[in-house]
Amino acid sequence: MAESHAKVQKAGGGRFCCICNEKRAALKRPKTLEQICRECFYTVFEEEIHQVIMENQLFKPGERIAIGASGGKDSTVLACVLSELNRRHNYGLDLFLLSVDEGITGYRDDSLETVKRNEIQYGLPLKIVSYKDLYGWTMDEIVKIIGLKNNCTFCGVFRRQALDRGAALLKVDKLATGHNADDIAETVLLNILRGDIARLSRCTAITTGEDGPIPRCKPFKYTYEKEIVMYAYFKRLDYFSTECIYSPNAYRGFAREFIKDLERIRPRAILDIIKSGESFRIATSTKMPEQGTCERCGYISSQKWCKACVLLEGLNRGLPKLGIGRTRVSGKDQKKDIKQSSGMKSIASKQCGSLDF
Amino acid sequence: MACNGSSCQSNCYRDEDEPSAKSDDVRSTAAAAAVNGSGAVCVKCKVNEPIAGAAAADGRFCAECFRSNLFAKFRHAVTSNAMISPADNVLVAFSGGHASRVALQFVHDMQYKAQKNFDASRDLDRSLPVFGVGVAFIDESTVSPILSSEMDRVHGDIKLIVSQLSPPNKELHIFPVESVYSEGSRDSRDRLKELLDRVSDTTGKEDLLAHLRMLSLQKIASDNGYNRIVLGSCTSRIASHVLSATVKGQGYSLPADIQYVDARWGVPLVFPLRDCLAQELRVLCRLDGLKTAELPNGPCSSINSLVSSFVALLQEENPSRECTIVRTAGKLTPFHFNRIPEINDCNVPLATRRRQKRSNLKLNGSISSESFCAICYSPLNKSDLPALGSLETQKSASDVFGAACCSSCQFQILPRDASDMEHFYSLLPEALVSRAKQTNKYDFSSLREQIQDYLLSDSETDP
Repeated sequence: MAESHAKVQKAGGGRFCCICNEKRAALKRPKTLEQICRECFYTVFEEEIHQVIMENQLFKPGERIAIGASGGKDSTVLACVLSELNRRHNYGLDLFLLSVDEGITGYRDDSLETVKRNEIQYGLPLKIVSYKDLYGWTMDEIVKIIGLKNNCTFCGVFRRQALDRGAALLKVDKLATGHNADDIAETVLLNILRGDIARLSRCTAITTGEDGPIPRCKPFKYTYEKEIVMYAYFKRLDYFSTECIYSPNAYRGFAREFIKDLERIRPRAILDIIKSGESFRIATSTKMPEQGTCERCGYISSQKWCKACVLLEGLNRGLPKLGIGRTRVSGKDQKKDIKQSSGMKSIASKQCGSLDF
Repeated sequence: MACNGSSCQSNCYRDEDEPSAKSDDVRSTAAAAAVNGSGAVCVKCKVNEPIAGAAAADGRFCAECFRSNLFAKFRHAVTSNAMISPADNVLVAFSGGHASRVALQFVHDMQYKAQKNFDASRDLDRSLPVFGVGVAFIDESTVSPILSSEMDRVHGDIKLIVSQLSPPNKELHIFPVESVYSEGSRDSRDRLKELLDRVSDTTGKEDLLAHLRMLSLQKIASDNGYNRIVLGSCTSRIASHVLSATVKGQGYSLPADIQYVDARWGVPLVFPLRDCLAQELRVLCRLDGLKTAELPNGPCSSINSLVSSFVALLQEENPSRECTIVRTAGKLTPFHFNRIPEINDCNVPLATRRRQKRSNLKLNGSISSESFCAICYSPLNKSDLPALGSLETQKSASDVFGAACCSSCQFQILPRDASDMEHFYSLLPEALVSRAKQTNKYDFSSLREQIQDYLLSDSETDP
């Protein structure tokens, strides 16, 4: 398929960009395999994101929007593109950068330096919230206690809440994250593989948490990871590309590799997976967890206490295994829970989204 | 595994010098098993030795319990979905592989038992006739690089297998896949070859061939008076289909393909092995010496084969992965045709009707869909349908046909170029084209032709 496509391009447009037909083609667009020049790439890349924003009405004029900025390629490109589109199309948005400092020496401290440079480069105010301030623990300290297993559970649960708290401090209306099409396709597959029908039904939504305190949206929902890298590369954007030292490369690796294989055979597959995810019809009789609020901190939670409070409680009481695994925690039978949860390690290690391989 | 610790209070057997254990003969068998193998006994009957050499998933049962467990899954699927009733005439689609071989064997076992019951009740009332069984094999040698000698061997094997499965006697239908073309056309082989050559995408070619295979099966069934087609699709196969359909963007129509029953076709399809793993079926074939007639599969770079190897790898890592995938997809809303149509015939025993009513209850929330893809016959999402107004009357038949296909078929099967499309359309089997015309409302133009004389102006009457 890919070959035949390429042939058509060669026969039709020669070595010239098949969009403007003036300049020499500089690259093959990962999404469509069209051979185009650099300028046309910037244009279609930005224009597609603009279309997604308009069609899905992601933003309203006058809104304050926080961009979840990790310093990595996705969020850096998101900050760059959003500030450009905001200017070009008069969205009328107040943009902010919001970073979470997990307290990981040798990783987050370096990437935060990148975000601080981005603050100046794009002229966007930056807010950093740290685990230390919010929870009294850094990831370095947590890992020292619980080791390298399950640490992603803590980090993931804490980050979700930290972003919401940071967004509340900035008084923003919405949070934009840099999740790209590959990420979403992968999540769809993982939810099928894990049997998580509740998440499967909502993981393709472009805006989530509209009933919660701060809605989140994914302007890159249909943007390919390769194109984001390409954009960052050609624009020589300043981003940080080291992996987290506590999450070795196996993280989510297996499904990811499968997606990359699919993309090689048929680039459209990524969009098709998202399309499938959007058009799945979930039977109404399927049980969905009810949403409530945490009795302790008031954050959204389907249980009595939110996950972050449960994990934090465990850390503070010196029982770090508390809340890991599929056991429910209530004050009295905690000891029993610990016993059970230590026997359920294999399940828990899947919680950060990796399929144990 | 047997426990060796002295503190073990469980039901398993300890060392020989424990006289208070159960009956002696049981113990000696268990002891014999312990001597032969590693000392393990079947988890179900706790007597026989588990199957040797089977992989982790099956290593817990003895051959007898394994067989009855597998057959129970088959029978449960058949009875709880009213797949086969006494008045039926079922056609088993046999590819020569393990899964359809087991399906054939199980259907035969059921029929054999029904026949025995029937014979036994000779003098009493004979209200329950024995259902009929036929076997179909679709020969695809026209379109795959198989040596004719190889194909002859497969034909011979299949004839032998089917002839050995009697009484009751089973008719065998061996048809080449090009028989989807109507009998009048002599050049059907060449037309089929050219049709497939027109599809540039490897996956698209594979899928088109699968659709034509289904069309052939339907033709055999309806020409020979069968009212059910039994397919041997197992859990593993369905799990792969779930993922490959997802990857092809067919999330909407996916639930239609993965239920126990699929009655959107002229002759309903039933999937009695939906709950059996491919590996289990392979083990059963080996245990019972069931002869298969498999064709060599060349290396392939399609999405389907990539997905299959991915699923196989996942299954290796976690033996319940395939079940989880099918269970997840099973929670998607099925379609109204995913059940055997209600029988209101008073000749059918009340018990059968009642059972069917019960099993059909759970499909209450199903989706009803009136439009189907012209090629793969999958239900179409209303939002994907072309607006009727956009199908202008002057469009060619091939354009109208193309617009009635799902986006997946449009991408991977149909040619993009208009003149190529016209040629491709002319190569399609008549059955496919006429089915598309009958079942879809897309054929707006023909409706319009009928009332053309009474329309005053084009612009005003366009809906």
